[in-house]
Order: sequence, then structure tokens, then C-alpha cells
Amino acid sequence: MTTYENFSFDVDSDGIALATWDMPGRSMNVLSQSSMADIASIIEKIMSDDGIKGAVITSGKGAFCAGADLSMMGGQAGGGEGGSPEDRVKGMYEGNLKFNMLLRDLETCGKPVVAAINGTALGGGLEVTLACHYRVASDNPKTQLGLPEAKVGLLPGGGGTQRLPRLIGAGAALPIILQGSSLNPEKAAKAGIVHKVVPADQLIDEAKKWIREVGDAEQPWDKKGYKVPGGDPNSKGGAQVFTIGNAQLHKQTHGNFPAQKYILSCVYEGLQVPIEAGLRIESRYFTKLLMDPRSKAMIRSLFLSMQELQKGARRPAGVPEFQVKKLGILGAGMMGAGIAYVSAQAGMEVVLLDTEQAGAEKGKAYSQKLLEKALERGKTTQDKMDATLARITPTTNFGDLKGADLVIEAVFEDRGIKAEVTKKAEPMIAEGGIYGSNTSTLPISGLAEAYSKPEEFIGIHFFSPVDKMQLVEIIMGEKTSDETLAKAMDYVKQIRKTPIVVNDSRGFYTSRCFGTYVSEGLAMLADGIKPAIVENTGKMTGMPMPPLALNDEVSLELGYKVRQQTKKDLGDKYVEGPADKIVEKMVVDLGRLGRKAGKGFYDYPEGGKKKLWPGLADLVETKIEEADPELVEEYKKRFLCIQALEAARCFEEGVVTDVRDADVGAILGWGFAPWTGGPLSYIDMLGTKEFVELCDSLAQKYGERFKPNALLREMAEKGESFYTRFAPPKEKAAA
Amino acid sequence: MTDCFVYDTVRTPRGKGKKDGALHEVTALELSTQTLKAIRDRNGLDTSKVDDVVLGCVDPVGEQGGDIARIAVLNADYAETTAGVQINRFCASGLEATNMAAAKVMSGEADMAIGGGVESMSRVGMGASGGSWSTDPNIAFKSYFTPQGIGADLVATKYGFSRDDVDAYAVESQKRAKAAWDNGYFSKSVIPVKDINGLTILDHDEHMRPEATMQSLAALNPSFASLGEFAFDGVALDRYPEVEEITHVHHAGNSSGIVDGASAVLVGNEETGKAMGLKPRARIRAMASIGSEPCIMLTGPADVSRKALAKAGMNPEDIDIYELNEAFASVVLRMMQSLDIPHEKMNVNGGAIAMGHPLGATGGMILGTVLDELERRDLNTALVTLCVGAGMGTATIIERV
Repeated sequence: MTTYENFSFDVDSDGIALATWDMPGRSMNVLSQSSMADIASIIEKIMSDDGIKGAVITSGKGAFCAGADLSMMGGQAGGGEGGSPEDRVKGMYEGNLKFNMLLRDLETCGKPVVAAINGTALGGGLEVTLACHYRVASDNPKTQLGLPEAKVGLLPGGGGTQRLPRLIGAGAALPIILQGSSLNPEKAAKAGIVHKVVPADQLIDEAKKWIREVGDAEQPWDKKGYKVPGGDPNSKGGAQVFTIGNAQLHKQTHGNFPAQKYILSCVYEGLQVPIEAGLRIESRYFTKLLMDPRSKAMIRSLFLSMQELQKGARRPAGVPEFQVKKLGILGAGMMGAGIAYVSAQAGMEVVLLDTEQAGAEKGKAYSQKLLEKALERGKTTQDKMDATLARITPTTNFGDLKGADLVIEAVFEDRGIKAEVTKKAEPMIAEGGIYGSNTSTLPISGLAEAYSKPEEFIGIHFFSPVDKMQLVEIIMGEKTSDETLAKAMDYVKQIRKTPIVVNDSRGFYTSRCFGTYVSEGLAMLADGIKPAIVENTGKMTGMPMPPLALNDEVSLELGYKVRQQTKKDLGDKYVEGPADKIVEKMVVDLGRLGRKAGKGFYDYPEGGKKKLWPGLADLVETKIEEADPELVEEYKKRFLCIQALEAARCFEEGVVTDVRDADVGAILGWGFAPWTGGPLSYIDMLGTKEFVELCDSLAQKYGERFKPNALLREMAEKGESFYTRFAPPKEKAAA
Repeated sequence: MTDCFVYDTVRTPRGKGKKDGALHEVTALELSTQTLKAIRDRNGLDTSKVDDVVLGCVDPVGEQGGDIARIAVLNADYAETTAGVQINRFCASGLEATNMAAAKVMSGEADMAIGGGVESMSRVGMGASGGSWSTDPNIAFKSYFTPQGIGADLVATKYGFSRDDVDAYAVESQKRAKAAWDNGYFSKSVIPVKDINGLTILDHDEHMRPEATMQSLAALNPSFASLGEFAFDGVALDRYPEVEEITHVHHAGNSSGIVDGASAVLVGNEETGKAMGLKPRARIRAMASIGSEPCIMLTGPADVSRKALAKAGMNPEDIDIYELNEAFASVVLRMMQSLDIPHEKMNVNGGAIAMGHPLGATGGMILGTVLDELERRDLNTALVTLCVGAGMGTATIIERV
């Protein structure tokens, strides 16, 4: 028997080898260097040993293989280190091509190879199976099969862009690769990705049976006369797939995401040539992508940092794990109702309190509505739905909160009301329990004054809609203890959301930075830039919604009132915003208060699509009527820089203290252009020095608000980046 | 540089570009053969003096492939020494072919040459020759690829032409085309297409709808709305963010018709013409081609007209009549707006909205139309131009001699 570091290898009496992937000391198989070396040896063995008729590859873990080691990839991305740039490019290309050719060797080894997919196979894991001649999967509906690379800014670099379209056609393969979506075995079989689905205990038998009975050792695309299903890109059908695919992707991404475009190119170019040339094309694009700083930033923020934060990277050590069994929620409005839903879903007993019973009931009805929808879509069962709903108790009685491990206040943003409910709730909280406020604007330290133990008072800021938004911004008041922080984070973990930790400040981190985007849109309007240009360039920046539409959503009146208050608070020190006058006119003179009022920057015709209000042209003289790509680029930078700058200020002021919090919080919290990897990654990507210069020039053109802060200037001078100067502590080796 | 003169122009009638069109049974080769024969026969040409035949064709595949110009020369029984070359500048191919033939004369490469083009859209479908512009992500993204119908709607939106504006233009085009046919203004150039027995298959433009009114056009749904909504409007707005939303105004009734046809334009130097006993009808005063922004695609005519005018040392008002291919109504409205051309001087006998646009042939056809009209009205100068796929324009200025 031959031995391998990561595989066991047995040959049965029929001459069928079983290679079982089972990496020592890891819970999952990944495509590490040593795994690849083993695969190479196994191919060699299969080819050279006359006693071997065919081989089955399976896994000894629960999953088949989760793909490449992304932390390794993250290190390579952005160009890696050492050697000349040319050498690095060459090294990267050759390294990737080697892996591609390894899998090519597998499918051309001359003997039938079957992938017995016992569990999840993602990315490189699925690519290994695609290089096998037959794929049989066990019928576990939780098994995920897919190529998720695009989600973190990568492309499948192990032949995925070549084999999947050759197997099922470009039209079917592209959505799967571009969206990085995964399929369960049943769906994968229907799509033609796996050949057969069988009960787990028959998996290996079925695989071996195919070798004995069919044992075709040639891939379809290596057979004479092979044609791409649905036609190659020069056929009528194929051309249509790409014409429409290009346009849809362009519309969705505005060209910001290199990975998706390169995937299209890999498939387009690759399907016109034999697979070996296709694999080279894929490796070339893969290399180009890894050299792109955007992919480095995306892998880091969207995968590595996010995972670290979810695993509790920011949780103070030494506090025993806390579990919320009973949760109280004060205020059954939109936010309270959402919090109730996600918490009841996580198995907590929820007391949903409002001033009127009807209000509390309405809050619970929100969960019912969401669950009914889930039931309709087959995402839950009647039993589960009933059980979840039974966990939510709508009430007006503070006594019902008795014994709550956590009470979250989500009432109107009014200090007085908040203080009142806080006082009423405090005596009901269980020993060792904590109190959280879902305020999005009011400083936590001030609110904590209403609580007798301010060290057990914390901000737990949710985003709307709570069931969809992944982020929770945890705010430390001046006196909040680390123990309370740990408990709050444990709660966030219970409801499976991603926490970031910030310090107290007006607007905290997310609302404060987000506000700059919204006001920059107003400033651009005041500059005389045609409103359509403001909106379209906002979208092209990669922000989920254009700024003037956001003003309407949030309500112009609210913005106006906040500014009036700030003006009163600051007196002479108040700096007039460029658009203050426009907003005042809109709110006070014209009553165009925003979406709720049916008119704001947009008109909202009944049953129709909203349209920019034509009267804006009379309010502000339009000076910029057109925007070519160069000008669009400048406006995009305007939008991104003003937000990134605010994030850098928050960092300097200690509002946010961890680069991961800043970047992940920005993307998940207010939808900051994900292709940048977050505002601090964006600064790093441009280079601190270049960013400072850019801001200075923007300040000269558009106003003092673009002046870089002292921290940035210092970093620029020293040639530092955020991720070098403030590198987060390295996690202990992953399990 | 040698002066180049236009000696004659011929064109086939335009048959509906569908299976039930009269010219569907006629091969593209036969269409071009008949124009070449006609221009030879009515001028008594000694074809050994014709150095080259340049034919435009936009989808040169299948029976239109493999250099149809040379094959047509052989089929028309021209002298063996007459060469043939097929070229493609999309919709302006027929005019570009004429310009190239003229350039050969001007440079001295040719003494006598023929330009023009052919397109059997009913037999070789539009787009049959493929291409990578829309399919290759590298160029599709970079150039904001958008189908030209959406470009036409974008022109209308960006430059302020309403559905009524474009429909009114279309109604007028039908009216002018009808009047021109009724009064025989096209008879000089149009040759009937005949069968092998000499029987006439088609002797008039088959696509016209003179009965079109604002009301009947209003009933037509915009052709590119769903395609736009599906994806392409979004792409176009990335390139033209000043447009909030594209208003889709074009439909089959205010866009050029899909038809079959061929054209030929005889050009040559003075000396050879004289030796052959030909009378020059016009001098080629200037020619130009230009690239314009490809996403909106159809704004080239104004740009290239300015360029040609500058080469000729002329101003827009120096041109007596203009002929701009009516690819879409907005294209013409935009050029009139941009160069301040009154409608009375533009497409005076209607255009492709009424009579159709046999892609590769049109340029040669409309050059003939405008020359005939100059003579009829006894005017001097005309500018012929077409918008072109992928953002281009081609123009020719002629003056009578």
C-alpha cells in the first residue's frame, strides 16, 4: 500500500483504487500544496500501476473539500512580495497553471476516475470533481456544490471556468460562476453537474459500479466531434449569451468588479479553443486578477476579516460564554419587530413590549409575515414556524420582562422617553444580564445615565431591515465594561450576525460616515451638477442607492431638523453646508419633505416609477450638463474619498479602533462600495500619499471638508498604510 | 491630385427583406450582377477600362461572402482584367465603397472604377457575419456596447426629441418618398430587377407605407424598451449619466426598413471619361470618414459632415441639399439640430424609413438619389452621409459640373 500525507489509498480486488482525502489535523480538506502534491502522486500511481483499472476519489471528512486556502490566496493577491514585478507575475501564472495542468493530468490519465462527493465541494474542491470522468453525490440536501470564488473577488482558477461551461453550456454555467451560488446535489444533478445522487451508504459502491460497468476514461470535451452545449460563443445562441451577459454584468457592476468580467472573458475566449489552451487562458486571467489590488482588498474584507469578526476576534478574552435565553425588547416598531424576529429564530424567548397592546401585536405580526413567506418558499415548516411565533410574547407590561438576560431598547429617538423605559426595565433584568440601546444617533454614555449600572449598558445598533442586514454595530459607552461587551457579542453570535465594536460618538461610526455620502450628493447638487449625473455617478461608485434618493428615503425634513439642532448647539461655530439653503427651500418653502410626503428630490407618481423632480433645475442653476468617463471618475472619487476620509477621522479619534471593524462595518452597514474592500482598504489601495494628495486637490476644488486629517498626513509622510500600521493581531492557526 | 467625377449611378428597387419579399428569390450575386450590367450597358462601357469594382456588404458571409465584388464582376461578364473588392463600413459601406473607388481614381491607381454595394437582408440575415464587439467582454465593457436601436432612443432622449417628433419625421419621409415615386424622380437611377427570361420581378420600392399617419404610428410599441430595460439602458446610462432614463421612441415605423437591394456608381477621371464618350455629372468635392462615441453610436453624421465641409472649405449653408440615411428618425433630427439644417434641405425625397435600408448598398443608392435631384432642381452641391455602427460616420460632398 502506498501512503500519502493527506490521502488513504486502497485498491480492491477489482483493481479499483479508493483515494480518501483526509487531511490530518484539520476539520476540512483544503487544496494545500501538500494535498496537490499527493494528487500528483496518486495520478502517477493510477497511470503506472497496471493492476489499477480505475479510481474513486472521496473524502474522509464531512465535506468533500472547501477549496483553496483563502488566507494563502489573500497573501498572494495584490501581487505578493519579493522579486521583480515581472517575476512575481510569471511565478503566479506558472504556479496556477501547474495546478490547472495537474487536474488536466487527472482527466487524461487514461483510466476512469470517479468523484464520490460525500459532502460539500466548493471552489477548488468542486474543480477537482469536474476533472473526474463521473460524479456521484450522496443525497444530503445540506451538501453545497459551487464555485464561490467570485463572491470574494476571485475566479475559479482550477479549470472551473472551462469545464463547467463545457459540461452544461455557457448560458447555464455563467450565472453559477458569476454569482458564486451553490447547489444541493439534487439541483446539481438536474443542472447536469453531477451524474447521479445516491444515499450516502451506497456512494462508494455506486462509484465503483460505474467504473466496472461503464468506465469511460475520456471527458466529453476530449471526444471527437464534441460541441459546447448551447453553442460556442460564435454560434448564434452563444453570441446571445455573451451579448446579454456582458450588458447585464456591466449594468449590475458598473465595471467595478474585475473578477466577474474576467470570468466572462475566460469562458468567452476559452470555449473557442481546445481545453488546454482554455486552461492557459484561465490561468492568465487568474494571474491578472490576483495582481489587481481590488481582489486583495475584497478577499481580505469580504472573507478573512468578516470570518474573524464573526468568530469573535474582537471579543474580550476571559469572559465566560454568555447565553441569552430570554430577551426583552422595548418598542415594537420596525426595528423592535425585526430584532424580535431574528432572536426568536435563534431560539430565544422574546418579550416584545410596546405602550399599546395593538402595537406590540403588530410587531409580532411582522414575524408572522416573514415566516409565512418562508413557509411558502419551503424555507421553514409549519411546526418550526409555530414554535418560533410561540416564543414571542407581545405585551405592555414591564413585569413580563422579569428574568430577561438582555433588554434591548428600540423606542423613539428621544432622550426623555428612553430614560423612562430604561428605568422601568432595569429592575426586571436577571442577575448578570445587560441592557442595550438600539439608538442610531444618541451618544450611549448619556443614555447610560438612566441606568444604575452604566458598566452594564451598551449600544447594540441594528440596521434595517434587521432580518436582512448582517451587521450589528456595538457601541461602548464611556463606562461600559469589557464583560458587557463580551456578553453583547455573544448575543450577536447567537443571532448569527457580524459584530463590529466602536466607541461612543455622535452618529457612532456607520451613521457618521454614511452621512457624508448623503451630504456630498447634496453638495454636488448645490455645485450645479445635473441631478441625474449626481444620482447615476453615485450608483456607479458602487453604492447601493444614489444620494438624492437616499435623502428622500431618510426624509429631507429629518436632515433639516438635525441641522437646525446642530446649528443651535454649535452657534457661531456652525459651518454652513453647501446645500443648506436648497434643503431649507425644499422643506420650508416647498414642502418637498421626501418619499413619505410623496415628493422630495423625486416625484412619486401613484403606481409609477419615481422621477427626479424637474423643478430642481429652477432651484439650482445647472452648470454641469454632461459627464464623460473622466468626469465620472472624478465624481466617483468625490463620493468615495469623503466617506473614506470620515472613516480615517473616526480612526484617529478612536471611534473605531480596528481596521476590520472599519472596513467590514462599512460594507455591511451602509453598503460602502464592496469592490474597494472598505474605506480604509480604499485608502491603502490608492496609497496613503496619493490619497492625501487627491483629498488636497478635492479640497481646493470643492471645499475644506476634503482636507485630510493629521493621522493621514503623518501616515503619508511615513509611507504607512492602515493595514501595516494598524495590522490586526494575527489569529492563531486556524483549526 | 486628379479630379474624380461621377458618371452614372444605378440602383435596384428595394424589395421587402423578408421571405415574402419580391427579391427574396433573387441571389445577392444576381442583384449586384444586374446593377453592374446596367451601368455597363447604358453607358456602353468598355469594361476593360474599368480597373476595379468596390462593393460594400455588411454581412459578407454565405453567398455574400468570399469577395462578392469580384464574383459579381465575373458573373456580369466584365473584362477579366476588372478587379473586385468587397469592403465593410457597416451601414456606410456603399458610400465608403464609392469613396474608395474615387480615391483610386484621384490617386491615379484607377482611371475608371465602380463603387456601390449589395445586401440581400432576406437571404443573409442581419448580423450573420458575427463579430466580437458585443460578445467579447473586453471590448463590450470598454466601449459600453449598446445595440443601435437603444443608441437611437438615447439620441432622442439626450437631444430632446419626443415620440411625436420622431413619428412626425417618419410620416413626412413616407409622404416625400411617395411624391418622388409618383413624379418619377427616381426613374433615372432605378433599374428593374428581372428574371432569367427578362421578365420583371420588381420595379418599385416595395417597403413604402404612404398611408402612415401620426395616429397609425402611435399604435406601434417601441421596439427597444424591453431590451433596454433588460440590461442595455443601464449600460448606456453609465456612459451618459446626464440622462435619468432613456425614453424609447423608435419602432418599425420610424426606423429604416429591412430590404434587399444593390447599387453601383461609376466614377473616373476626366480624360478616360472623355475617351469613352461619357459626360461627367458631378465632381467629388470632398470625402471623409470619422469615428464617434460608440455607445450612442449614431452621432457620427454631424461630425463627419463638419470634417468633409472643412476639407471642402465650405459651410453647412453652402450645401444645397443633404442626404442622410434614415437609419432612425432621431439620427436625422439630431444632425439637422446640430448643423442647423432646415428640413426643406434634408432628405427631400424621403429615405430609408419609407424605402428601406439595404445595409451595404444604401450609400451608393442615396448618392444617386441626391445627384438626380440636384439635376432635377438644377442646384449645385450636395452632401451625402450615413451613421455607422460602432460609432462612425462617412460623408461625400459632390458638386455638379
